[in-house]
Amino acid sequence: MAKKIIRYTETYEYIAVSDGMGTVGISEEASDKLGDIYMVELPPQGTELQKGEEAGVIESVKTAADIYCPVSGKVIEVNKELESAPELVSKSPMDKGWLFKIEISHPDELDSLMDAGAFKKHIKDTGKW
Amino acid sequence: MADTIFSGSGKGRNRYRAGDSSIQYKDIRHLVPKQLLRTETAGLPHLSESEVVRHFTSMARKNYGVDDGIYPLGSCTMKYNPKINERIAGHPSFLRIHPYQRESDVQGTLKVMFELGEMLKQITGLDAVSLQPSAGAHGEFAGLLMARKYYDLKGESRKLVIIPDSAHGTNFSSASMAGFEVIEVRSKRDGTIDLDLLQEIVGKHAADIALVMITNPNTLGIFERDILAISDLMHKNGSLQYYDGANLNAIIGAARPGDMGFDIVHLNLHKTFSAPHGGGGPGAGPVLVRDYLKGFLPLPVIGKEGERYYLDEDAENTIGRMKSFYGNFSVCLKAYCYLLSVGDRLKDISIDANLNANYLKKKLGRLFDIPYGKNTMHEFVMSARKYREQGGTALNIAKRLIDYGIHPPTVYFPAIVEEAMMVEPTETESIESLDKLVDTFKCIVKEIKTDSRLLEDAPSEAHVKRVDELRALKEPVLKES
Amino acid sequence: MVDYLVHSEEDRKRILGYLGMGGVERLFDFIPKKLRNIPLKLPPGLNERQLHHYLENTACLNRSLKDFSCFLGGGAYYHYIPAVVEHITSMSQFATAYTPYQAEISQGTLQYIFEFQSLMCRLTGMDIANASMYDGASSLAEAVLLAARVTGKNRVIVSGTLDPKYRETVSTYSYGPGIEVIETGYKNGLTDIGGLKKALDKNTGAVAIQTPNFFGCYEDVFRIRKALDSSPDCLYIICTNPLSLALLKPPSEYGADITVGDAQALGNPLAYGGPHVGYFAAREKYLRQMPGRIAGKTVDREGKDAYVLTFQTREQHIRRTKATSNICSNHSLNALASAVYLTLMGEEGLKDLAAACIHGAHYFAQRLKETSHFRKKFGSAGFNELVVSTDLDIGMVLDELYKENILGGLRLDKYYPELADSILVSFTEMNSIEDIDRYIEILKRL
Repeated sequence: MAKKIIRYTETYEYIAVSDGMGTVGISEEASDKLGDIYMVELPPQGTELQKGEEAGVIESVKTAADIYCPVSGKVIEVNKELESAPELVSKSPMDKGWLFKIEISHPDELDSLMDAGAFKKHIKDTGKW
Repeated sequence: MADTIFSGSGKGRNRYRAGDSSIQYKDIRHLVPKQLLRTETAGLPHLSESEVVRHFTSMARKNYGVDDGIYPLGSCTMKYNPKINERIAGHPSFLRIHPYQRESDVQGTLKVMFELGEMLKQITGLDAVSLQPSAGAHGEFAGLLMARKYYDLKGESRKLVIIPDSAHGTNFSSASMAGFEVIEVRSKRDGTIDLDLLQEIVGKHAADIALVMITNPNTLGIFERDILAISDLMHKNGSLQYYDGANLNAIIGAARPGDMGFDIVHLNLHKTFSAPHGGGGPGAGPVLVRDYLKGFLPLPVIGKEGERYYLDEDAENTIGRMKSFYGNFSVCLKAYCYLLSVGDRLKDISIDANLNANYLKKKLGRLFDIPYGKNTMHEFVMSARKYREQGGTALNIAKRLIDYGIHPPTVYFPAIVEEAMMVEPTETESIESLDKLVDTFKCIVKEIKTDSRLLEDAPSEAHVKRVDELRALKEPVLKES
Repeated sequence: MVDYLVHSEEDRKRILGYLGMGGVERLFDFIPKKLRNIPLKLPPGLNERQLHHYLENTACLNRSLKDFSCFLGGGAYYHYIPAVVEHITSMSQFATAYTPYQAEISQGTLQYIFEFQSLMCRLTGMDIANASMYDGASSLAEAVLLAARVTGKNRVIVSGTLDPKYRETVSTYSYGPGIEVIETGYKNGLTDIGGLKKALDKNTGAVAIQTPNFFGCYEDVFRIRKALDSSPDCLYIICTNPLSLALLKPPSEYGADITVGDAQALGNPLAYGGPHVGYFAAREKYLRQMPGRIAGKTVDREGKDAYVLTFQTREQHIRRTKATSNICSNHSLNALASAVYLTLMGEEGLKDLAAACIHGAHYFAQRLKETSHFRKKFGSAGFNELVVSTDLDIGMVLDELYKENILGGLRLDKYYPELADSILVSFTEMNSIEDIDRYIEILKRL
């Protein structure tokens, strides 16, 4: 399997890229903050999204968090498991709890995203007191 | 007693009647169009009067009111609700008044509303008032709609509202409902609005900015010291300044939003002005404005000519009605009574409110971190973060407080503090009551260290154990089927 | 002076000492000096006895309905309020409690909210209902906002027979999102359905009808529903006095998507117009879009039944700018009053009450025929109100009735200039046959 490059956004999403295809989800830190997730609203297959555009909503007991698309592209697949098992996003956000797969239209947009190290620093800087 | 009202099996037990049983009515089937007549039973309860009373009485026992104990909820101002105000508001000559009665027959009611308005104008330092909004959020909505109309008439298209990140959720949603977009401004390290950042925003968006919404002191309990500079900045930009009056208790009688340059103000009569919370309402959210905005107020307002009070429906640019009729009169009456009782000693309220909060802050500051702890007034926000790993989350602490018979403070608000607990004791708590709260927190902190299971399992002494909120969402049951 | 403070001077000194503050002015140190202590012109406070005395005198400036035979309606109704309702709503654990965010310590509040929701659903036939709104008018306005959000359409049609105050409130709320509000005309006291059909277009997100309408007439709700068949996306919003649902078909049976109205008639005092209480009920599919609080039934950790506020992520404190509404405080205690009232009255009691209203209106209409100058304006049957027109001067008629301590009804000229010759007369169980007879006798001699 080709090695996946993982990049993070300022709004705590990640995108795991390989061969022009990106798997989008929310990071561990984000899913920790959200608590018990009971519903995930995902963009319909085939939706064209811009970088930074609202792609869906994750609802937990205590909050509703918007999901922002990390890079521009077309939604190829959504994680249908989440309909019956939304808690996968809490339990396994980087793996089984992926949200949707996107065909990346502007690969250069990936350059403006953070790698794991930069993301860790970002969490520290912007984290609440 | 866990049964609902529909559990009673006795059809025929329900004997209560309000009509005149001596009158022989014609069959109503001939008086209503056939296709509109109900054919299926509605399924209303069948309980006798004594069963009804027992049912609701047992439910009251499962509740906790201000009369039961301290209610240290930040930004809610859960102060004592005077009983004489209830008696007066229950007077038949105030209750049995139809809103369409002729004005000459309701001079008592109109007088109360007018004079309350005058007192509120004095207290806030603003020029005109409408008592119509039913709640703080309703007042916000009215204020924002007025701002919109004000700009529309001026021919200025201003779409942006600036709101601090620590603001109450209603500020954001009211702005949205009024058709504005929101720019959130981050607080400085000391918890106050970042004036430099604000200047930047104003510089960048200038003529697009309609207004800034400010709570003062803010939800961290800190007075926005730069308020005059902020006011200046906004007004020079042609923008307005809105005051969320939820925290008025900190400054009532000591300072006035009008003097701080606010153009539109809403107050919460069920907070600062002692009207009871009723389990979530009814409240009242009067909105006050500067002279040049008074034509936009929702109608009608109360006018006075000589000795006569009347409903004034004469404002050219009114935003219209916010609801039927004139406002939550009973709530207004209670606030009026409160103000008449307090008289010229308003400042004693804010003095004791601030004293109590500072007392608690110093004591609780030994147990919890208080990130924005400098210069707080009537409330403060402490953080349970340092206990989180051991199970001492704000949530668990709150639930354990319930076991000690104490209503928890506000938790997880404002969002800028992790494991936040926002504490506002109000002026109607004695030193003993405050000490009891502190001692309870001490016990709980000890438990975090020695037996944190007590927190995780809390509450164990209340009428129910911890409620499954997730299940309520996944398997919703929103009515008795 | 009575104040509700607790601290003695000693207490204050003690706290100041503990805080290391020289005096209470230190508490306001960080307020800029020029803002501090502007003198207020307020009179000294009254003690409880003085306050009571003063307010009793003020109350005497009112002439309450105790002194009158009241035939005023128009969205607020004079019904008898059972002692049990007052007794329960004045219990301090209900009255002085906060919003039930901490479920385990608020099971009382949560259960009555759940019961209120259940009762409103049973009456209206809707799937879900919320914990209350401010009043019927603002509830309708929020229904309109919901319809616009859900359909993405910016145009709504409201009937001209809808309470004018409700229509005004809808207009006010619509200013925010820029919703266009069209009003239909009416014919013989009922919505002009032809006009409605003409006004309907593919941009219409909702049609709002009140039944019984402001004139007390029963709208042809089935025919209106049919007219909407050509606009499948358009929501059908019904506005109704919940008392009428004791005897009338629930709106679910004629295709309503949302049912709203005011439950003041169910156990809440008039109090010069507030607080009353709005209800908001809808089909299940609108749950995520519904404004206001909702209580749900769940279990606690030991499997015991428990109640909790749920679907809070719709609300302002979580969703902020994207919330379904900004509503925070509602009219909870008034909803309790209605829940207690409905429980006490039960099915039979409520039917009986609704029947009394209908009979009052009918009896009055029959006897009206005996007068020479007054007639029932509209042909259609009425629930608890009807419109009476006359060739005599309206002001004079109402004054003559007033002299006999009868509040004859609401002049309509303010709301409907074309009905300057008419008044809206309302009937409840408080209007006895004798009252009605007396009214008619006066009309006969005018």
